Amino acid sequence: MISFNQVHKRYPGGYEALKNVSFDIAEGEMVFVTGHSGAGKSTLLKLIAAIERPNSGSVLVNNQNVGVLKGGALPYLRRNLGIIFQDHKLLFDRSVFDNVLLPLQICGFDHRESGKRVRAALDKVGLLKREKSNPIALSGGEQQRLCIARAIVNRPAILLADEPTGNLDAAYAQEIMAIFSSFHQVGATLLISTHDESVLQDSGVRRLTLKEGVLQ
Amino acid sequence: MTRAFTQHLGVLRAMLRRMFASKLAGFLNILVIGIALSLPAGMYLLLQNAQGLVAQLSGTPQISLFLEMDAKAEDIDRLQKQLAQHPAVAGVDFVARAQALEQLKQSTGLSDLISGLEQNPLPDAFIIHPKPGDAQSLDALRGELAKLPRVSEAQLDSAWAYKLEALLKFGRMGVLIIASLLSLALIAVTFNTIRLQILTQHDEIEVAKLIGATDGFIRRPFLYFGATQGLLGGIMAWLIVTASLLLLNHQLGALARFYASQFTLHPLSIGDSLSLLLFSMYLGWLGAWLSVARHLSQIDPR
Repeated sequence: MISFNQVHKRYPGGYEALKNVSFDIAEGEMVFVTGHSGAGKSTLLKLIAAIERPNSGSVLVNNQNVGVLKGGALPYLRRNLGIIFQDHKLLFDRSVFDNVLLPLQICGFDHRESGKRVRAALDKVGLLKREKSNPIALSGGEQQRLCIARAIVNRPAILLADEPTGNLDAAYAQEIMAIFSSFHQVGATLLISTHDESVLQDSGVRRLTLKEGVLQ
Repeated sequence: MTRAFTQHLGVLRAMLRRMFASKLAGFLNILVIGIALSLPAGMYLLLQNAQGLVAQLSGTPQISLFLEMDAKAEDIDRLQKQLAQHPAVAGVDFVARAQALEQLKQSTGLSDLISGLEQNPLPDAFIIHPKPGDAQSLDALRGELAKLPRVSEAQLDSAWAYKLEALLKFGRMGVLIIASLLSLALIAVTFNTIRLQILTQHDEIEVAKLIGATDGFIRRPFLYFGATQGLLGGIMAWLIVTASLLLLNHQLGALARFYASQFTLHPLSIGDSLSLLLFSMYLGWLGAWLSVARHLSQIDPR
């Protein structure tokens, strides 16, 4: 489903984020990307969503080389991805409900159908009672879950999560991981970057470990 | 189809909500656009009215041929035959001096003054209806007729109308220039409004791009906003012009009574009104489009 082939990513200024990275992820697989801060985890996820482009090598998503995708095709790639951003990227000028509604508006769902879907997604992350709140009133863990709800409302085949347990305590982190496991069980492909060792213990999930941009 | 329609409807609804969120700023923008458009629209209206007046007055140009005071009846007969045979003349009316005085009494309300005159100061006259021609040929005809025997003077009644016509052409050019300049101003106002909106919605645009919004989806509310603001500005301009017209007509009514005239300014026709609204809507849309094209590409999510 996702395939990196000798991918090289150098940022302007000369910083080499990824060096010669190759791997494959099958459909329905759940994979952790681990490594210290600055090891290239975020860059790896951004390459999949074509937020960044590789300098050399190819990034295939659904057999499509997203590294050379034209601007006009990007939206349709991203609609198949659910992205959970490290900095959440929630919109504080609207309610929790409307934040989750946004991806459906973008895809042009009709009003009634999208209302049902938004509530189902909020229910899945345990935020149904907060639908009318402003995201600013939510705790860090709740904001993270809201971000997950927005990523899954469109029922994407691939979920990308960048440090989803970044600054949450262990109990919250376990909760979030449990949500991801439930998506994995219904067949979604998940790629989760984390440096949180507590989450990784006893999970038995495949890991891609990055060290200074090199896959270990 | 319905999906696309509801999507557009949703965008429109969100856009209107946003517009009404900042009532004062929105209203001031609309007012600026309205005033900017009302100026050329008002001038155009005045020109239209003046043109109507000119067409009414100069539609049938006439040459008045005044005879010498001591012209005899046989002179008049001879002249009448001569004029009727002239190739450039379509018709001739003879106005005897007594008849002219009677007309003057009735039409000007100066009967008391005229009755007091010892003798009729008016000469006999012919009203010549020339065959249709341009200003030059009419003027040549006037010169020719003036040289006929026993004719003291020949006046081309519509000469002033041709001069006014030329003046109106000048005015129309002026309106065109002003309208062009103010249209640019309207585009600039919308451009800037949309630029500010894009700045304040930077986060929303960035997130939308990251989760799969097409450029069209992001552009749409701004284009709708620009077009709506233009349309409301156009309506404002129409209201300003129409209200000014009513005020002017009120005063004009009082003025026209002194001249026993029914002259009033006609309002903008339905066609002209629609053109005004569509044009201002288009300009708003264009300003928004330029602004969006310029500023959206600068938002590149990382």
